[in-house]
Amino acid sequence: MKLTLKIWRQKGPEEKGKIVTYPIDNIDGDMSFLEMMDVLNVELVKKGESPVAFDHDCREGICGSCSMYIDGEAHGPDRGVTTCQLHMRKFKDGDTIYIEPWRAKAFPIIKDLVVDRSSFDRIMNAGGYISVNTSGNTIDANATPIPKEDADKAFEAATCIGCGACVASCKNASAMLFVSAKVSQLALLPQGQVEAKDRVLKMVEAMDEEGFGNCTNTGACEVECPKGISLENIARMNREYLKAMVKK
Amino acid sequence: MPILNSKIPEGSIDKKWSNHKSKIRLVNPANKRLIDVIVVGSGLAGGAASASLAELGYNVKTFCFQDSPRRAHSIAAQGGINAAKNYQGDGDSVYRLFYDTIKGGDYRSREANVHRLAEVSANIIDQCVAQGVPFAREYGGLLDNRSFGGVLVSRTFYAKGQTGQQLLLGAYSAMSRQIGKGKIKMYSRHEMLDLVIVDGKARGIIARNLVTGEIQKHSAHAVVLGSGGYGNVFFLSTNAMGSNVTAAWKTHIKGAFFSNPCFTQIHPTCIPVSGDHQSKLTLMSESLRNDGRIWVPKNMEDVLAIREGKLKPTEISAENRDYYLERRYPSFGNLVPRDVASRAAKERCDAGYGVNKTGEAVYLDFASAIERYGKEKAQVLNIDNPSEEEILSLGRKVIETKYGNLFQMYYKIVDDDPYYTPMQIYPAVHYTMGGLWVDYNLMSTIPGCFVAGEANFSDHGANRLGASALMQGLADGYFVLPYTIGDYLADDIRTGPISTDLPEFEKTANEVSENISKLMNIKGSKPVDYFHKRLGKVMWNNVGMARNAEGLNAAIDEIKIIREEFYDDVRIPGDANELNPELEKALRVADLIDLGQLMAIDALNRSESCGGHFREESQTEEGEALRDDENFTYVSAWEYTGDPSKPNHHKEDLVYENIKLVQRSYK
Repeated sequence: MKLTLKIWRQKGPEEKGKIVTYPIDNIDGDMSFLEMMDVLNVELVKKGESPVAFDHDCREGICGSCSMYIDGEAHGPDRGVTTCQLHMRKFKDGDTIYIEPWRAKAFPIIKDLVVDRSSFDRIMNAGGYISVNTSGNTIDANATPIPKEDADKAFEAATCIGCGACVASCKNASAMLFVSAKVSQLALLPQGQVEAKDRVLKMVEAMDEEGFGNCTNTGACEVECPKGISLENIARMNREYLKAMVKK
Repeated sequence: MPILNSKIPEGSIDKKWSNHKSKIRLVNPANKRLIDVIVVGSGLAGGAASASLAELGYNVKTFCFQDSPRRAHSIAAQGGINAAKNYQGDGDSVYRLFYDTIKGGDYRSREANVHRLAEVSANIIDQCVAQGVPFAREYGGLLDNRSFGGVLVSRTFYAKGQTGQQLLLGAYSAMSRQIGKGKIKMYSRHEMLDLVIVDGKARGIIARNLVTGEIQKHSAHAVVLGSGGYGNVFFLSTNAMGSNVTAAWKTHIKGAFFSNPCFTQIHPTCIPVSGDHQSKLTLMSESLRNDGRIWVPKNMEDVLAIREGKLKPTEISAENRDYYLERRYPSFGNLVPRDVASRAAKERCDAGYGVNKTGEAVYLDFASAIERYGKEKAQVLNIDNPSEEEILSLGRKVIETKYGNLFQMYYKIVDDDPYYTPMQIYPAVHYTMGGLWVDYNLMSTIPGCFVAGEANFSDHGANRLGASALMQGLADGYFVLPYTIGDYLADDIRTGPISTDLPEFEKTANEVSENISKLMNIKGSKPVDYFHKRLGKVMWNNVGMARNAEGLNAAIDEIKIIREEFYDDVRIPGDANELNPELEKALRVADLIDLGQLMAIDALNRSESCGGHFREESQTEEGEALRDDENFTYVSAWEYTGDPSKPNHHKEDLVYENIKLVQRSYK
């Protein structure tokens, strides 16, 4: 395949960025999108040019590092995959592909396609946990049976990889899907009940402080989420939040 | 010459850990506030250790090269975590988990460490459930288990195919709580580039801020490495792209012995290589072998027809299939340990029966399981005379609930639907059992430098059993290291803060900066990946699934040449004082080259076969690994001498007081 890549290049956080055009040839349909980027970068290095910086690590869709906005969609045109799992067979010979970073006030650009997502970590530091020490001196794991349905729902919410596609896809750059996934996971489990009210208030407060926008129920986040995290989680978080406010 | 003292406590095997714990020195809570600990790595071992040490009251500084501690590669572990809970009532016990792990490791691990691992395993599950880890449950609300290779009980706890993710996010949440309290200072996008030693003790690290390129000095009273394994020496592996050996290797150069580097795990069920562009390989969890049957065609004409696309695997009848694991190992069948399954796949493919164009793939087939589950489900639902299509459709749903994400991953990568046609799989590098030598307290040969998880060598011998890596990472991080480090730190309560103005910090930081300038100034013609791929090929061909003296000697020579060319002709664009992924790679590959050489030297020294280390010169008549207990019942511990091709060899003799050494059999 022969393709034309239009890639956002930006030297640093304070520099001005722009779209730069790179023609690329000999791309195989079995390559992943990031392997295609590897080919481009090898060519750039050979020419003495600066390779395109992008975040990536596991290359199997679980670490949540990769974060490209491809042709106007977070993680590109395929569904249920991260950029590293997107394969070039989804594109046609002669295609022009636009590649940009996540764009959100709370995700400042570091370089090229690399953004700073530490705001997600700070939200988690505010309350995304159960306050139990790791001494191992807890009760037996089977002492508290959990209905399978609750456990399964908690698991579904817990599969969030923290990539930020929900924020990048949202016209308001809201982090509600991300935050609600963690709030839901812990709210659905008996172990998480004790701190449930405190947790949702603190996490929502931290989210607002980071400069994420509000949720207006457009649902783009759910569509673009590579892990299929459901909007139900946002509804559940809103209920949790209301409950906590009323009983405060 | 320093003598290796493993410091195994006295007493019977089942009392060693509890006796040791009750005798170990403690640091009082007020004094813990005066002590700093650096943790390198935020995976299961490093993340768990960080959280536990911070809870105890130490000041913790944690480093990871990823943009968040939640992205450490433990997250990619799929299948499960072992624990001797015996919830299934199928005869499991601490002793059985201990025995299975020693046997699985082909009698090359330390008894006392493995027994401790088995003892604390049950507590890990209690701990994780308390943290909100959503393990799979049965309808009654209790925890579910599955079975893994090399054992005859169901002791594996799991969360679909994302067990590593869920456990890591549990450790990350425990860390988040301590970061929020200010007890852990987190350094994301920072990479350790050297260890600082003051008066013979590990007292800090030199790290590079990957965003600004700044070389930083960080001090502490002890340094803990939880920096993972070195599978990326093969270039293609199931490791993440950034996984590397630099923290461990630099520590080795500073005096820590490196043990059993040749013990690498080649995992039998990975998606085969599709072409030269490939950057990494993807694992298909061992849990799939609970329900998947591995086979190749019995007849060569069928193999050829499949390769030419004239025949589909589903068109080959049962009698024309060779379920070679079931044939060779009737009692364990498809659930033999990984090393055995990998070699068996290689044997069939070497004999010409591989089922893809490159001849390096076998089938992992779910058709029997889909039919069996479908029939069971139809009975449960009271469907009379279900049609075949109804049965298969019900069966596929059961398979989906068990392995849905793995099937989706496979489908997206290969563009072939494993619900309808068998998966193609082939062995790939997955885990490294070798690592820095540690004593019973997890301390390396450098006082004050501790090593946990995959980065150390101690628990898995020559072959790790499935679902044991997560167990070891969390055991070390939550339950072992936080105790044993106290015994060492008890001497440091009056030391006061370690100053980074000490000359040792200045000197080490300068060395790091000089090394970076040296690499940047080569300004050669070839990108880093060129050398990494060449190294990987040598390692895979000569230090991979089968090894012999001739190939190993050739590898040692070839790696020397790669090393010379690397320092002569590598090209790193950009500057050192910016985000520069090519520089990061170059620093990592430089260390992988030297480590690769040590692996070949170690493999050459160990002229027996054991576990994942298969020396062609040492096999039984049936082609199984043949150990030489008389000459090799020891741990190799290599000391750096300044010349990576001439390390000093030390031995820790392995003493088996509780388990009798026998030839491993899974027949």
